[in-house]
Amino acid sequence: MKKEDKILLGHGSGGKLSHELISRLFVKHFQNPWLDKQTDSAILKIQDENIAFTTDSYVVDPIFFPGGNIGKLAICGTVNDLAVAGAVPLYISAGFIIEEGFSFSDLEAIVKSMAEEAKRAGVKIVTGDTKVVNRGKCDKLFINTAGVGSIENKNAHIGEGSLIRPGDQIIINGFVGDHGMAVLAAREELNIRSDITSDCASLSTLINNILHSTDGITFMRDATRGGVATVLAELAGKRQVGIHIEEDSIPVRPQVRSFCELLGFDPMYVANEGKVLIIARKETAGEILKILHRDELGREARIIGHITSDHPGRAWVQTSIGGKRILDMLAGEQLPRIC
Amino acid sequence: MEIYSGHGQPGHWKVRSDSGAGMKFIDEYRDRQIVMTLAEEIRRISRSPVSLMEVCGGHTMAIQRFGIPSLLPDTIRLLSGPGCPVCVTSRQFIDQAIAFSRLQDVTITTYGDLIRVPGSTSTLDREKAMGADIRIVYSAMDAVDIAQKNSGRRVVFLGIGFETTAPASAAAISAAYRKKTGNFFLLSSHKVMPPAMAALVDEGVKINGYIAPGHVTTITGISIYSDISEKYGLGCVISGFEPVDLMESILMLVRQHENGEPKVEIQYRRAVRPDGNPIARKLLDEVFEYRDDWWRGLGILENSGLGIREKYGEHDAERMIDAVVEPTREDKGCICGEVLKGVSSPKDCKLFAKGCTPQNPVGACMVSNEGACHAYYRYNR
Repeated sequence: MKKEDKILLGHGSGGKLSHELISRLFVKHFQNPWLDKQTDSAILKIQDENIAFTTDSYVVDPIFFPGGNIGKLAICGTVNDLAVAGAVPLYISAGFIIEEGFSFSDLEAIVKSMAEEAKRAGVKIVTGDTKVVNRGKCDKLFINTAGVGSIENKNAHIGEGSLIRPGDQIIINGFVGDHGMAVLAAREELNIRSDITSDCASLSTLINNILHSTDGITFMRDATRGGVATVLAELAGKRQVGIHIEEDSIPVRPQVRSFCELLGFDPMYVANEGKVLIIARKETAGEILKILHRDELGREARIIGHITSDHPGRAWVQTSIGGKRILDMLAGEQLPRIC
Repeated sequence: MEIYSGHGQPGHWKVRSDSGAGMKFIDEYRDRQIVMTLAEEIRRISRSPVSLMEVCGGHTMAIQRFGIPSLLPDTIRLLSGPGCPVCVTSRQFIDQAIAFSRLQDVTITTYGDLIRVPGSTSTLDREKAMGADIRIVYSAMDAVDIAQKNSGRRVVFLGIGFETTAPASAAAISAAYRKKTGNFFLLSSHKVMPPAMAALVDEGVKINGYIAPGHVTTITGISIYSDISEKYGLGCVISGFEPVDLMESILMLVRQHENGEPKVEIQYRRAVRPDGNPIARKLLDEVFEYRDDWWRGLGILENSGLGIREKYGEHDAERMIDAVVEPTREDKGCICGEVLKGVSSPKDCKLFAKGCTPQNPVGACMVSNEGACHAYYRYNR
C-alpha cells in the first residue's frame, strides 16, 4: 500500500482507497475464482443449484436516523445485495456487537424493525450471534449479516454485467442521495434540521417483478457508498465500455441538492440504500420503466444514460448546462469544502 | 439551520416546502438556454486571444464540474489562480498542526479538506489513524463549543482561507475571549487576496483579466481591485459561482478586452455590494493584523497574512503552545507553485495522474476539492 501504512477512514469509503485495499490485500490473499469476480454477491454452485451468497457489516452513526435505523438498514442492505445479483433472497444471519451499557429498549426497537423488514422482504433470519464488548470498544452497536438466495441460471450474469453492450440503457429507480444526506443531517454536530428521509428499503419484490417480465437486464447494482457515480465509473473500467450520463436526468430532491450545495458535495457520490442502477437492452427499457413506475419504490424511475462504444473504460457526464466532464471514483470520503 | 424541500438560496434557508415563498433553488443560474446564449455571444465577439484567470478555487471547481471550457472558443484560455485556501497553505503550517496533534492534551479541529494535505512526513489523516484527536468541524464556532465541553483539553482550530473564512475565525476568537474559554486556540494561516493578485502580475504572469472572487468581495467591497485595473490595466469582473454567472463574467471580460477598456465590474450583483460588509471587516480588524506570509508558489508576500493581535494573544496557538515541529521538506517534481501562478496547467506536471493522484497526493492542489489539479483529475483528465 505504498506509504499508507495505516488504515484510514477513506479505506472504508467505497471509493478508490477501498478498491485498492480489497485488490491489494483481500483478493491477493484469499484468491479464488468466486472472489476474483468482486461482485456484491458470490454466485456458487452447490449440487447443481445456483446460490447467491453475500455478507455486510453495519456501523452507521447515528444508529437511528430519519427513515430507519441500523437494523432495518442491515436487512435492506443484505436483501438488496442478493436481489441486484438477480437472486431471490431467502435466509439471513445476524451478528450483533453491542457496547456495554447500550439501552435495552433501543436494542429491542432495532430488532423489531429488523423482523418487520425481513417479513416485508420475504426473508428469514435463521441464525445469529451476540457479543458484548467493554464500553468504548465499539460505538453503541455494530451489526454483521450474511445472506443467501437462490438464483436462476439465466440471471447468473447480472451481477458481473458480462452481457453489457453499447446501446443498453441505464435506469435509476428514483431520487439519489437521500440516505447519505439524511444520516449526515441527523448527526448532532452539524446542527441542521431537515425533512430529508433515508431511502432505506428492500428492493427484492421490485426487482423480482422486473426479472419475471423481461430477460433484457444486463446489469444491476445497488448504489450504496460512493453513490451512483462510483458504480458507473467502476463498471466502465471493469467492463471496458463507455458510459454516457445526462446529469439533468438524474433525479435529486431539492432539499438534498440544497444540502449538498451547502457542503460542496456532489449528489451523484452520496450513498443510497434503496436505489438500484439497472442496465437493460434498449427495447426492454420501456417495459422495465412501466413496472418500476407501478411500484412505490420506483415511482420516480428514469433513464439517465446509456452504454456507448465511445471512450471505452470511461464514464462521461453531459452536464446540466450542456458541457462535458468525466465521472471518476472518489479518492476518499467526500469532505465538506471550506468556502 | 433548517433545510426543507423547495428552498434554495442562502437567506432562504428557513423557507419550508409548503410556504411557496422564496426563490426556486439556483436553477436560473444553471439554465442551459441562457448558458448557450451567452456562449454564442462570447463566440460572436471574441476576436483576439485572451487569457483569463479565475482567482478563486470555487470558480475552478465550478468551471470544471460544469464543463465550461468545452463551451468556449479557442480564443479564450482560462487559468486557475491562487484562490484555493488549502493549496496556498504552506507545508510548514501542516507540519505545525501535526506537531500539535501529537501532544497528549491537544484536540485539533479543522475544515475537512485539510486532513489529507501532505506535511513533510505525514498527514493529519494518518495522525488521526494513529490516535491523534482530530475532528472535522463545519464552522470555527463549533471548535469553541468543543473547547467549552472539554475544559481539560487544549482545542486548536486550524484557520485557513481568505477574507471569506477569516471573519468566522475572528468571531470564534472574539467569542472565546468574551466567554473566557481559555483552552481555545487559533492557528492562523488566514490570508488576504489582493497582494497575491498583484504579485502574479508583478511576476510577469501573462493574463488579460481576472474573474474575481465573488465571496471575498462580499466582505471586502470592490475597492481592493482598483489597483489591478488602474495600475496594471487588467479587467476585473467579480463573479458568482454558477455557470450562468461564470459565462456572463467571461463575456464581460471579453467585451472589455475587445474594446480595450479594462475596468472593475460586478457580475455577482445579487450578493456583492460595492462597499462590502463593514461589520465583518471591523471584526477582522479587531482580531487580526496584517503580517508578511508565505504562499505556495508565490513565496513571501508583504502584508498578505492575518496574524492575531496582541490583545487576543492568549488564544493564539503560535504564541501559547510549544511543540517540536519537524524540518519542512518540499517534494521534488511537484509544480503546484507554477500551477498556482497560472504559468503551468496541471497537465504539464510530470506527476499529474501518475505519481500524484487524489488518493496519493504529492501537492496540495491535488487534495482540495478546489485545487486545480484535483478539479482537472476529476473532471478533465
